[in-house]
Amino acid sequence: MSDAETRIVVVGASLAGLRGAESLRRSGFTGHLTIVGAEPHRPYDRPPLSKGVLTGEVGADATALPNLVDLDADWRFGTPATRLDRARRTVTVETGEALPYDRLLIATGASARTWPDAAQGRFAGVHTLRGRDDADALRRDLAAGPKHVLVIGGGFIGCDVAASCRTLDLPVTLVETGPTLLAGVLGAHLGAVVEALHAHRGVTIRSGTKVVALEDDGTGRVVRARLADGTAIPADVVVVALGAVRNTGWLSGSGLSFDAGGLDCDADGDALDEDGRPDPRIVAAGDVARFPHPLYPGKPIALEHWGHAVAQGVRAGRRLAGLPEAPYAEVPAFWSSQGGITIKSVGLTAGADGLVIARGDPKEGRFLAVYGREGRCIAAVAFDCARWLPAYAERIAARAPFPPEPGGVDAGPMRVLPPAFPEPADEDAA
Amino acid sequence: MSDRPDPSAPRLAAPSPDAPSPDARRSAGGLRVSVDLNLCQAYAQCCYAAPDHFVLRGREALHYDPAPSASVRGDIERARIACPVQAIRVEDAGAARR
Repeated sequence: MSDAETRIVVVGASLAGLRGAESLRRSGFTGHLTIVGAEPHRPYDRPPLSKGVLTGEVGADATALPNLVDLDADWRFGTPATRLDRARRTVTVETGEALPYDRLLIATGASARTWPDAAQGRFAGVHTLRGRDDADALRRDLAAGPKHVLVIGGGFIGCDVAASCRTLDLPVTLVETGPTLLAGVLGAHLGAVVEALHAHRGVTIRSGTKVVALEDDGTGRVVRARLADGTAIPADVVVVALGAVRNTGWLSGSGLSFDAGGLDCDADGDALDEDGRPDPRIVAAGDVARFPHPLYPGKPIALEHWGHAVAQGVRAGRRLAGLPEAPYAEVPAFWSSQGGITIKSVGLTAGADGLVIARGDPKEGRFLAVYGREGRCIAAVAFDCARWLPAYAERIAARAPFPPEPGGVDAGPMRVLPPAFPEPADEDAA
Repeated sequence: MSDRPDPSAPRLAAPSPDAPSPDARRSAGGLRVSVDLNLCQAYAQCCYAAPDHFVLRGREALHYDPAPSASVRGDIERARIACPVQAIRVEDAGAARR
């Protein structure tokens, strides 16, 4: 079959799906390209959804991503994929139409984990935040001037939402089961630094406790939350920010290996079947792909980072276009803005057994921490000092010894501290 | 330590209810902008090139207008080119890509 007759379907009109499709065309693919999206929107950027969109500074519809290449694609919006038939090589969408493929890119991403009690989760005023429409709905409720906002979960989304509430001058309480905010990803040592920033901006923080129930006013509108110690806190808007589950349910019956933690892939990014054999026609990228990372041997990982969706999407496009590709080995990286401080990270902190403040000083609000495991550098986190970070990314890629050698300009004493991750390690910390 | 917008700083234009939607602007040749904030190292050159569309808050937190109108294409292009780490991506929606 000539390339011009080849049919490629991208499932997921997402950042990974869009950059993957662009990469296909840039790699010379001239065949039929179909892009299937569950939502009625063109691919959009998620980072503003928990920040500028909530404060009204950025319109939800202004988050559409730039499309960098003429894709000449058949876009199918608002039609979630419902079934994958690998024998017939078709993807069925919600309308019942079966789209034939020769090669497939799976980039269906993840969904917000919902409140465990479904009836309580449906109370008016209770939100999750993942997509554009979620952000718009939450923005409207915040703009109405609620008396008490409650955020459940002190990960990045929960912290962003609480910060946006303070920008809007709304009273907000953040409840986190761990010892500090962001303890799952940074450990409690640096989590305490972040927590102080939010407390300073007026967020009421309840760490080390748990919301056990949401209660309504009798008409289905949330009015308060019950905590594990029996006390209640008032809440007319509740944001459930308990992490994400991967969008893999539509793969039921496909014979591929998946669960709520991702679709399993090999080091090349090819999807694995239930017997662990790669399907050479199917590649996955972005949040949904769980793959072995050469820098982090052991458990395969599924990363929710923006840069990862771009890099793995681009690589997937090249592979589907038939170009030779080395196994994916990008050093993971993310950024976040917390209480006016820009936090940037390279590597993965999970499993770290030591931490050093390698440059600067947390008391000054500007510092760089290096995380180590078994004598090797595995991650570095910069607070308002992004320009120091690339040098540490190189050390992580090179598996350089930990702790780093002392004596550099602005370098601290390299005293090894416990990172203080909560037990058990947070599965979603990556 | 506050990331509340500094009232003296240039403000990104807030969306007004009367403003055309980005899709309408797209057909009229609006722009779409995204910045790779992993790459961004807060050199702030974009903030000098297009001060109404890129703002640093605090030392390193870049805020930008993701959907500027086509009338400021020149400023946005200057910002894109000025970025020392080439972190800015711009789509000229007037190109009507699909």
